[in-house]
Amino acid sequence: MDNKAGEPRMAVVVKGLEKTFGTTRALDGVDLKVPAGTVYGVLGPNGAGKTTVIRVLATLLQPSGGRAEVFGYDVVGGAAHIRKRISMTGQFASVDKDLSGMENLHLIGRLMGFTRAQAKARAYELLRAFGLEEAAKKQVKQYSGGMQRRIDIAASIVVTPDLLFLDEPTTGLDPRSRNQVWDIIRMLVDTGTTVLLTTQYLDEADQLADRIAVVDQGKVIAEGTSGELKASVGVGKLHVRLQDPGQRSLAAQLLQQKLGTAVDYSFNGSGLTAQVAENSLAVQILDELNKAGVAVSDFSVGKPSLDEVFLTLTGRSAEEEEVEAEG
Amino acid sequence: MNKKQVPFNQQDALRAAVSTSERPKNAGPVSASLTFGGRMLLKIKYVPEQLFDITAFPIIFLLMFTYLFGGALAGSTEAYLQFVLPGVLVLTVVSITMYTGIELNNDITKGIFDRFRTLPVWRPSVLVGALLVDLVRYSIASAIMLTLGFILGFRPEGGLVGVLLGVGILLVFAFSISWIWTTLGLVMRSEKSLMGASMMVLFPLTFISNVFVDPDTMPSWLQPIVENNPVSFLVVAVRGFMGGDPAFAEVGWVFVGSFLLVLVFAPLTMYLYYKK
Repeated sequence: MDNKAGEPRMAVVVKGLEKTFGTTRALDGVDLKVPAGTVYGVLGPNGAGKTTVIRVLATLLQPSGGRAEVFGYDVVGGAAHIRKRISMTGQFASVDKDLSGMENLHLIGRLMGFTRAQAKARAYELLRAFGLEEAAKKQVKQYSGGMQRRIDIAASIVVTPDLLFLDEPTTGLDPRSRNQVWDIIRMLVDTGTTVLLTTQYLDEADQLADRIAVVDQGKVIAEGTSGELKASVGVGKLHVRLQDPGQRSLAAQLLQQKLGTAVDYSFNGSGLTAQVAENSLAVQILDELNKAGVAVSDFSVGKPSLDEVFLTLTGRSAEEEEVEAEG
Repeated sequence: MNKKQVPFNQQDALRAAVSTSERPKNAGPVSASLTFGGRMLLKIKYVPEQLFDITAFPIIFLLMFTYLFGGALAGSTEAYLQFVLPGVLVLTVVSITMYTGIELNNDITKGIFDRFRTLPVWRPSVLVGALLVDLVRYSIASAIMLTLGFILGFRPEGGLVGVLLGVGILLVFAFSISWIWTTLGLVMRSEKSLMGASMMVLFPLTFISNVFVDPDTMPSWLQPIVENNPVSFLVVAVRGFMGGDPAFAEVGWVFVGSFLLVLVFAPLTMYLYYKK
């Protein structure tokens, strides 16, 4: 691994990655760079190719084209080296549900090379830390969704990996369990592990990831920090609330003239929302409204949410896609 | 589950647990295979019913065939027992060879398969471990049947050595044929379809054979089919050892057949396993 001066060490470098299944192009030229020691989020709707990216990087699938390197090792030629440094928690429990939590962790510990006593001690330490002590001897299939996800992550860090793949780590979890998983991920990154996670949840990527790649139909359609992504679709939205709802059509007309973008009435009875390209425009608008005698009770210029980013980039809402894919 | 009852700081425990950087030398092939085998044995603890195949079935089969058919087929149950026991032993053990394939199929449909394949261990160890446990399974089934047989009056001329050699060659063949099921286990979509496919192969293979009667008593068109059935070769080989009159030609063919099965299906299994 040679580093150019000033460039952070990369855990993952992917260039023009392609993967076809029969006639389906799951990955159609994906480029990614994941700096070591960060959380990298791969965001996209179902079927976008997120899981395929992870499975290629975790040496579970061979790419059809392009290159993918993990810590400088090629995923095909250096798979054995890569496996020494990674762990993966799949979308569906990657533990043996027929065995107890303790037995699962002990099994992984033994395979990683711990002695019986060491494996047992490590399993106990993890069960305690993950709040699963009381469920240690129960079969994993009796665990709740949140507990299953935690034992799964625990199994991935029996030996702390340099790079941890988490495929939709919080899908289907209740908010409390989701927060617990988030805490664990943050803690792992604090101690130097690189985390590459996929998610369908825009707020999850926003909360956890240092950098985000938005994936759609096998391609990365945008990449950057969540701030950069938000900025790329314009400053954001201007929300205006009027004192007199009766002046809504007049205000809408003014907004439309000045901004040249669609005005959204759906907000609520006295509110209006419109996309603005620059902050200065928002100030001018307020001035115009004032001159025209439209009294404004409240206004704000908000950065766009990742959902809006997604909508702007793909022309579809992320949530819509999700429902379609599931239904 | 309730964090508040735990008399220590969850966050500190979590931090301590995730910041361990201990990195042992990964388990070698033998140790990994044995660990995976241990996993299969652990599963028995939770579902002891799965032992019916290797405990109750041999007993039922042996009693049923000896007492139902013995008088009619060989004049006396005792005489028939000497003939049928090696055959029923083969039938029982060969019929349970698909278990590893089924376990493998089960693992694939769940996420654990992915975890195993991303571990830094010798990749075939998952399969080798499971197949080792199978050998234990076959040995238990054989021991149960032979013990019951002895109680019922089975007195093999070949003595203990003959019996052990007979069981030995049976285990070699059973191990070899298991690879067919591991291959199918990786191809088939569900446990049920694999069960169906294996029954379709195993049922005729074990029954259209010389397990129950001498092929000489069969219609002439059926005889060549029965005599060329690999299971018939195996039964002759096992009978030979146990009867104190080893059938070396058949033993040779069983080894050749077993070797060919492993030669074709072991690499095929591994290929599919890596590609999956």
